Amino acid sequence: MLLVMQPMFDPIKIKPDFPTLRRKVNGKELVYLDSTATAQRPVQVIQAMDDYYNNYNASVHRGIYTISEEATDRYEKAREKIARFINARPQEVIFTRNATESLNLVAYAYGDANVTLSDSILSTQMEHHSNMVPWQELAKRKNAKLNYVMVNEEGFLKMDEFDGHLLKKPKIAAFTHASNVLGTINPVREMVKKAHEAGAVAVVDGAQSVPHMKVDVKELDCDFFAFSGHKMLGPTGIGVLYGKEGILDRMEPFLTGGSMIREVTLEYSKWADLPSKFEAGTPAIAEAIGLGAAVDYLNKLGMADVRTHEIGLTKYALEKLNGFGGMRIYGPKDAAQKEGVISFLQEGVHPHDAASLLDEQGIAVRAGHHCAHPLMMRYNVPATLRASVYVYNSKTDIDKLLEALKVVEAVLKK
Amino acid sequence: MDIYRENVLDHYKNPRNFGKMGSPDAKYYDTNPLCGDEIEIQLKISGGKVTEVMFQGQGCAISQASASILTEKLIGMGLADAMKIEKEQITDWLGTELTPSRLKCALLSLMVAKAAINEFEKKG
Repeated sequence: MLLVMQPMFDPIKIKPDFPTLRRKVNGKELVYLDSTATAQRPVQVIQAMDDYYNNYNASVHRGIYTISEEATDRYEKAREKIARFINARPQEVIFTRNATESLNLVAYAYGDANVTLSDSILSTQMEHHSNMVPWQELAKRKNAKLNYVMVNEEGFLKMDEFDGHLLKKPKIAAFTHASNVLGTINPVREMVKKAHEAGAVAVVDGAQSVPHMKVDVKELDCDFFAFSGHKMLGPTGIGVLYGKEGILDRMEPFLTGGSMIREVTLEYSKWADLPSKFEAGTPAIAEAIGLGAAVDYLNKLGMADVRTHEIGLTKYALEKLNGFGGMRIYGPKDAAQKEGVISFLQEGVHPHDAASLLDEQGIAVRAGHHCAHPLMMRYNVPATLRASVYVYNSKTDIDKLLEALKVVEAVLKK
Repeated sequence: MDIYRENVLDHYKNPRNFGKMGSPDAKYYDTNPLCGDEIEIQLKISGGKVTEVMFQGQGCAISQASASILTEKLIGMGLADAMKIEKEQITDWLGTELTPSRLKCALLSLMVAKAAINEFEKKG
């Protein structure tokens, strides 16, 4: 007997929590299918940030006065929530601007100190530019060699190539947990284990996984894990770098200045303990508090249920798109092996035309290269359409997309 | 907003002056790497005027339709006047307003035509 898992929450009931989803676009109710780029934010997150600005707006870790103490308390509580969310310790959670900054922090502060001439670094063809360009730049600075694991036709990493490159004993192996284009979920736990056996430090880009599934960094055993707040119902301008305490402790800081010091004289400075050592300057206080509220929201839904909901919706969307005719779909065919991200092309229709016509019907999808030029080249396309789902999307949204794609076909087919 | 008006779709589906000519006096090819639009324009020039235009390319409807419309407008136009065509003129011809992200699709052919004329004038 086939058991169909049902999530415990109803996407249609929670949708009113997201103010932007209440608006109309071009006279039509907005159908938002671009959460892979950035998620919508619930009122709970917006209110948490408003509350800071309205009631205890002050700098953190500073004043011996009430509102600064309150700000510090909420800022650090947000860190604790996020730490629990990924099973890390609070001192292992570094606030950054986004996943991109987190990965740059590793490339500069860890990479520059540990990679030298003729060393190798390993990345993959599947990466978002944020987990590719920093390693290219590191390789350039150090005259090191950067190798890539290629992607097969079905949208999976070629694991024999991963094994092969590990024989070269790379200093760093950096790979994504889930592809922002194909949706492919990589076997990260196994990849981290193999990277460690080869003596590499394992850096995981979790920007597309943390919002959509239960992530346990201790279980994954990765050394670094990066993600962004805005893709997980939180605000823009806040991201996280998780790092194993032992490694972070041995590292020199990335940015220097205020907040990250223990002692400063005219001649020398000493660094603060973790996590402050990596948080120079006044941080994004409201944004950190907002991200804490986003974590509360996701915890209330339950990450297992979020994943169940997305598998169901992805399966539905894949079936509908496959049944449409003349659709080329990129990435894994099985919803259980991927996230709620579907890249596709409509035969004879340029994705930018399709996206413009969908927008006229109130539907927001992404058209473009998705910050993954090498992956686009892999499939020999300049761009694709990408529809992605999250907690507030329902089958109705997929049905509306399919109806609108019929209009696109009718208008543009030669 | 309704960018896919009858006129735009007509030029997209039935492009004018599409193809190659025997021995052009000037030609230029360029792409919009971010979206993959490609346009080549060939010109016959005589007495400081464009006498014939052909274009080839592939890409989105906006890029191809605006190229087709441009070729019609260029025939008989003086080179100096062609170099003065601005983006407002292109959106006028298309009969629609474009968002900034789609404007670059519409302007590729104009850029290519001006580059072809520039090459011609450099050759003297």
